[in-house]
Amino acid sequence: MQGGMKETKIVTKDLTLYYGEKMALNFVSIEIPENQVTAFIGPSGCGKSTFLRTLNRMNDLIPSVRIEGKVLIDGLDIYDRKVDVVNLRKKIGMVFQKSNPFAKSVFDNIAYGPRINGIRDKKRLEEIVVTSLQRAAIWDEVKDRMNHSALGLSGGQQQRLCIARSLAVNPEIILMDEPASALDPISTGKIEELIFALKENFTIVIVTHNMQQAARVSDHTAFFYLGELIEYGKTRKIFTTPDHKQTEEYITGRFG
Amino acid sequence: MKSYTFTKESLRKKFRLSEFLSEKIITGFALLSITIIILIFVFVFRETIPLFTSKERPTGSREELVQEQYGVVPEPRPDQLQRQEVYGIEPDSALMGNREYSTEEHAAGQERRVTVKGLLGDEWYPVSSNPRYGLIPLMVGTIKITLIAMLFAAPIAILAALFSSAFAPTWLREWIKPAIELLAGFPSVVIGFFALMVMATVLQELFGYETRLNAFVGGIAMALAAIPIIYTITEDALTAIPGTYKEASLALGASKWQTALFVTLPAATPGVFAAILLGIGRVFGETMIALMATGNAGLISANPFESVRTLAATIGAEMAEVVFGDTHYGVLFLIGSLLFVFTFSLNALAEFYIKGRLMKRIQGKIA
Amino acid sequence: MSRRNNITGAVVVGASAFSAIAIIAIIIVILVVIVIGGKDRMTWEFITAFPENGMTEGGIFPAIYGTALMVIIMSVAAVPFGTITALYLTEYTSEKSIFAQTIRFAVRTLATVPSIIFGLFGLGFFIKFVGGEMDSVFLGGQLKWGQPNILWASLTMSLLTLPVVIVSVEEAIRTVPRELLEASLALGATKWQTIRKVVIPGSISGILTGTILAISRGAGEVAPILFTGAAYYLATLPTSLSDQFMNLGYHIYIMSTQSADVDGTMPIQFATTLVLLLLTFLLNFIAILIRARIRRKAIV
Ligand SMILES: Nc1ncnc2c1ncn2[C@@H]1O[C@H](COP(=O)(O)OP(=O)(O)OP(=O)(O)O)[C@@H](O)[C@H]1O
Ligand SMILES: [Mg+2]
Repeated sequence: MQGGMKETKIVTKDLTLYYGEKMALNFVSIEIPENQVTAFIGPSGCGKSTFLRTLNRMNDLIPSVRIEGKVLIDGLDIYDRKVDVVNLRKKIGMVFQKSNPFAKSVFDNIAYGPRINGIRDKKRLEEIVVTSLQRAAIWDEVKDRMNHSALGLSGGQQQRLCIARSLAVNPEIILMDEPASALDPISTGKIEELIFALKENFTIVIVTHNMQQAARVSDHTAFFYLGELIEYGKTRKIFTTPDHKQTEEYITGRFG
Repeated sequence: MKSYTFTKESLRKKFRLSEFLSEKIITGFALLSITIIILIFVFVFRETIPLFTSKERPTGSREELVQEQYGVVPEPRPDQLQRQEVYGIEPDSALMGNREYSTEEHAAGQERRVTVKGLLGDEWYPVSSNPRYGLIPLMVGTIKITLIAMLFAAPIAILAALFSSAFAPTWLREWIKPAIELLAGFPSVVIGFFALMVMATVLQELFGYETRLNAFVGGIAMALAAIPIIYTITEDALTAIPGTYKEASLALGASKWQTALFVTLPAATPGVFAAILLGIGRVFGETMIALMATGNAGLISANPFESVRTLAATIGAEMAEVVFGDTHYGVLFLIGSLLFVFTFSLNALAEFYIKGRLMKRIQGKIA
Repeated sequence: MSRRNNITGAVVVGASAFSAIAIIAIIIVILVVIVIGGKDRMTWEFITAFPENGMTEGGIFPAIYGTALMVIIMSVAAVPFGTITALYLTEYTSEKSIFAQTIRFAVRTLATVPSIIFGLFGLGFFIKFVGGEMDSVFLGGQLKWGQPNILWASLTMSLLTLPVVIVSVEEAIRTVPRELLEASLALGATKWQTIRKVVIPGSISGILTGTILAISRGAGEVAPILFTGAAYYLATLPTSLSDQFMNLGYHIYIMSTQSADVDGTMPIQFATTLVLLLLTFLLNFIAILIRARIRRKAIV
């Protein structure tokens, strides 16, 4: 475990979210530190993904969603009416459970973000693509097939490609929703190594169902249950001496 | 010291012109598609208005038109009886044709009026020196054709749907469905041509009736146009019945055909009903087949082997020759409005049945 | 099970099988009759030559040309319009909004309005209203646009085929995985950028299918153009949007009902019908192939 406490990057205050009438998040308050990995764990349907998606306002896409409470990043309320969602999302990368590369070439996938930001210069684009792929530790595997369809890559490669794609827009935060749940152990290992390397420069929030994974990669762990944040703290503490019985039961697999 | 990067300034809401324009334009186009429907209504009805307006009684007779559409025969008012001779005067078409039609509307107001009584006459002679615009023969013809067509199309299409959804093995089903849908892709002029050239002759030889082109031939040809519609919707309705429903019946010892006939088909009644309504709508509005295969004589008779003239065919046959804006023109648009209102109501009703009842029924059964 | 029951069962199954077979049989008969009736006349010359001798001889090139031109103009109007409306329905509004439901209702209505009504609308709106106004505003009342022509006929037809395009494109857009849209938006793309770069490329085959189906429908419809632009016989091909045009379906109708020598021109009529049928089938077949590909893509 790292030494001194890092600065806080993301703060939520009494965050409550409804899908129509149904409450999916119940007064969640949390402080997520900068340049560390924070893991969200909890049984299926407890609101982990929902919570993650409030952090880059992806839930705005769902018309029935209603949100109360606050989400502050660097102290800025991201749900403020004056905040530009598009620019906000440029600073927050997101990696989804199911890898979702576009039906384009490897190069065009990575260049998608820079291009929508108006970068046209071929040299610049190439530079960004190469660095992003290198940072996502997939450069060696794809450097000979930059013009091939990204759909031809293996599942694990696709997922790292998606990570590279989100790195290409230079985010500060990366949200990952079960990024390795559909992958084999070797690919999972690679993703975990990658996460470990990335936290140097990024604030990472990861949702996972895999307890070992949470224990291996994260510095802090939050346990959600039925839309509520039950317990939050240093990963080692959560996994060794949790305060709540539910947390313990869940971690030890005696849940439900 | 740490520098904050998520700042108010860097994340201030931006106005993006392309975003703004694209949204406005796309919404605008969507709005336009509603506008078109409204325009179609407006412009088809609009051309009939001069028929019923005049300086003396600008609105009175329009109400009667509405009544007439619902099939209520109003008692002719005395002032209408008096005016009957007026619409008999042949309009000076040479003069009217060249005039701007807005002024024309004004000037021709008197001549162009027709009365409800006139429209309910039993003679359709629009181009004689004493034109008569009785719609009854056309309505009788249309109804006759529709009845004959549905008599053939409905049982055949529904049975075929039952066959492909309940009895046919999967491989056969995969052939039947697209084949029948292929029939839907036949242009109606092709069906009309086939009826005119081949069916008419064959049927005449078979039944030995006198008039080669008649309601019977036309009706069967129309059935060919209606079958794919009725088949497709019935098939959909039948396959939408949940499997558990059928299994329950089979478990009680009912055989496959009993289940299909006494469980599945009744459960799909709203869908079948909707299918028939849509089939009727199709036949009612079908123009080319009617033009080519029915003989186009506006007779009132119950004999299926006599020629008929349908509402739609009348528009198709006569609109190209009329003088823009004269009575005949207006009456043809009136016929169009009738067709429109009728098919519109049929479809609305069908939709109600498919959407409301069928869905509720199916969902109700599951829950 | 009782014997009577068995017999009833056999009757039910038999009657339903007979119905299905009867429909297919009649389809085959129609096809065979038209192919046999038209195949001798169907030569290269027939397709590429002008009619001769009061249309009792020669080819039908002007009718093919006129039909092609009409469907092209029709597509130019209907495809962008239909695609944009479909985009609105899928991306810019929620299923439940009243406006969207109204549009859907309008589209369905449009799909079931008898085609002759479109003809009336074309006459009342395009020819008399728009055309008439154009003449009086730009040409001082001289008659040019206020009469039937290929432009008005094509636009009338585009309204008729609009629902076809909307439905196909909507279906295709819905097969574009939502995850891709989310990926794009999460990268900070705007909605319009996402539509341009992800949604439209992903549904291009649906747009194509819609176009082809619309063309196939438009090529075969006659009622809407009876009095909005089709002509019986023209010595020259249309060169301007304000010209009238010849049309395959209209040609069949006129030749078989109003020709001076219906029997003598029978082979020409059959051959023309064969051409029209082949054309619509070919188009439908292509559309089915593309559609099958979309469906496969949607499942994977
Ligand atoms: N779009 C939606 N509309 C309505 N309810 C939703 C929607 N998305 C999620 N929910 C509900 O909100 C609750 C939380 O869902 P969420 O996906 O956040 O759970 P999760 O913890 O990510 O589960 P999992 O581990 O299975 O991914 C669930 O009960 C779910 O059914
Ligand atoms: Mg989840």
